[in-house]
Amino acid sequence: MADRTPEPRADVCVVGAGPAGAIVAARLAEAGHDVVVLEAGPRFDDESRREKLDSHLRPGEENPWGMGGQRDAYTNEGDRDYPLNAARVKGVGGSTLHWQGMVMRLHERDFEMQTRHGVGTDWPIDYDDLRPYYAAAERELSVAGADDNPYAPPREEPFPLPAFPPSRSDSVFAEACESLGLDMHSVPNARNSEGTDEAPACVGYGTCQPVCPSGAKYTAERHVRAAEAAGARVIDRVPVQRLDHDRAGDRLTQATYATPDGETHTQSARQFVVACGGVETPRLLLLSRSETYPDGLANSSGAVGRFFCDHLFAGAGGTDDRQTDQNHVGFNTSECHQFYDDADPVVGMKLEFLNYAGPSPVTTALNADTWGDDLLVDLQRDYGTHLAMGALVEQLPRRENRIELDTSRTDDHGNPVPQIHWSLDDRTRAGLRRANKIQTAVLSELGVTPEWTVGPADTGPAYHHMGTTRMGTDPDASVVNPELRTHDLDNCWLVGSGTFPTGGAMNPTLTIAALAVRAADRLDAVL
Amino acid sequence: MKLTRRDALAALSAAGVAVGGAVVADRVADSETLGDDLLGIATDDESTLDGSARQTLVAVAEVVYPSELDGIEGFVETYTEGRLLADESRRRSVATTLSELDEVSREWESTAFANLDTDTRDELLRELAVDTADPGPEGLLPGRVRYYVVNDLLYALYASPTGGGLAGTPNPIGHPGGYRTQLSPEYQRASPAETRDPTAGRDSDGTANNDRTTDADGGEAGG
Repeated sequence: MADRTPEPRADVCVVGAGPAGAIVAARLAEAGHDVVVLEAGPRFDDESRREKLDSHLRPGEENPWGMGGQRDAYTNEGDRDYPLNAARVKGVGGSTLHWQGMVMRLHERDFEMQTRHGVGTDWPIDYDDLRPYYAAAERELSVAGADDNPYAPPREEPFPLPAFPPSRSDSVFAEACESLGLDMHSVPNARNSEGTDEAPACVGYGTCQPVCPSGAKYTAERHVRAAEAAGARVIDRVPVQRLDHDRAGDRLTQATYATPDGETHTQSARQFVVACGGVETPRLLLLSRSETYPDGLANSSGAVGRFFCDHLFAGAGGTDDRQTDQNHVGFNTSECHQFYDDADPVVGMKLEFLNYAGPSPVTTALNADTWGDDLLVDLQRDYGTHLAMGALVEQLPRRENRIELDTSRTDDHGNPVPQIHWSLDDRTRAGLRRANKIQTAVLSELGVTPEWTVGPADTGPAYHHMGTTRMGTDPDASVVNPELRTHDLDNCWLVGSGTFPTGGAMNPTLTIAALAVRAADRLDAVL
Repeated sequence: MKLTRRDALAALSAAGVAVGGAVVADRVADSETLGDDLLGIATDDESTLDGSARQTLVAVAEVVYPSELDGIEGFVETYTEGRLLADESRRRSVATTLSELDEVSREWESTAFANLDTDTRDELLRELAVDTADPGPEGLLPGRVRYYVVNDLLYALYASPTGGGLAGTPNPIGHPGGYRTQLSPEYQRASPAETRDPTAGRDSDGTANNDRTTDADGGEAGG
């Protein structure tokens, strides 16, 4: 049985082995510090990835990472149900085991929404502060990209790997975009376009989400391996139950965690990094309430769990006479960020040209109610001519969107589960309508009748959990300072998308990684 | 169209079977020396399934696969060998399910399933509601036939390049055919310097975007 007893001496205890925690752990271990990482979920075997692909494709076996059940229970109380477990993963690597792997920088405007547009709030740091860390994060994630996006914020060096070239489907869209004056450009991807010492090149399994069997797609396991190689200890299947502080309430002293065999241990450390994502991080703080902090740790502001926001999906699609060769790969090769900085309405938006529109032969076959020659006719009819566009639309932070504890329901350790309060406002709906309008214009320009749209009425989240432990300079209005250290507790650092004061409309993981690199630098200096 | 050993290996790969594993590799290597015509056909002593079960499995494949395919027997047997060799629990479940299907045939048609003509096999499977059953590893026979037999056969075919090719894609989901299979040879993005002002649409200082690192081959600007 694995040794899950505490580390006798630790400079740093990191809670969570997703990208934020793993990057911090790797960099601090490589700097010579004693690091222990406590991960709630299991360590997944590399060799089982193709089996996970297999089971994902088969009806009824779509969730390969074991999410769900009492361990991951949650409740909804908002206007809209939020499917929390659809894309998050508890395990070594965190949700990067499942993620799509799109890695864009936020724009300059995202850090200054209040100053520029009078909405949301400003970040306490700006793009220039984060810019060198974005470059470092792109190296950490081996990002494949090209400097061909005229709407991207300024950058100082080429991407680590060349971009994936545009697809046949992109070539079809290009005609319409040129007519309409839309600029298509490459997509920065956290997947290897070429082999490196760390990972092989993508071989096109086509199942990036939820599993990449080849290892070409970045997962935080890479940084976990680096951390362990540098001497860090990573303990899996040990959900942290609470954090405790000293008598004065100034510093954390220990993390209490449960083991699979029913034991409870405490891990002490000089510094604590909580990196459990935008839902579990605030939940752990709320679960750790004390006499000194009756509303939860680091929550003097009352902002822990508040301002929960996500990106919303808008989409439209149809079929064309032309061959579009969908589903050769599970990622996109072209986007359009042309409307991102627009101010009418003030809603960030990025447009995606999907390479995975419509069905694939194997999934259609496994769900069909026929076979033989009849099935083949159906497959030949249904495959290869689909076209679809997606979009991510910004949701500005609102206090009433929040994560709370639901004391009426408990998880497998008897702790109240997260309760999600989530709703959309008119500004977000306007952004979704605008995305739909552009998408249908592109399809119409191609002569394709939109056969489906996803817009304000039926949109869903992109599973980017942000805002719930926001960063700021005012201790009365924010949870962490610009260093990502909590205002209340000197040695408690929160790293992840929960610290984003606003979330823009770009996929958040590159910003998570950049903030993690930056926090690791600050921690190194403190240690 | 003829199914080959390469197709069976691709199907095994997609199904998560480590074809490089010693035992499977030995079996498949043996079949290679025999050639595709005798592909993977093992004796009863060494096969994962007995002769009757293998015949039933191939007989189902002849129904659920398109009629234009040749080489079904070798493809199915090689795939099945690889799939079941390392998974004793699955092997038992597949054997039991095939045996029960054969019993149904003997009861309804008074002969083994493999002895029926393909139209009658098709009819029997549909009367058993295998076509509409929810696949599942346990429970009633139709769901298990769908799960262990029909869907595994369909998976083996349509996650392979040959099956994908029949449907229109040489690199179906589940097959590692390389990301370049999706490229449009006629369309690659040109340098932004050739197509547009890199500071267009910006409201900040805009660093020059001339250090492109694309591997595009040049050609017409793509919008």
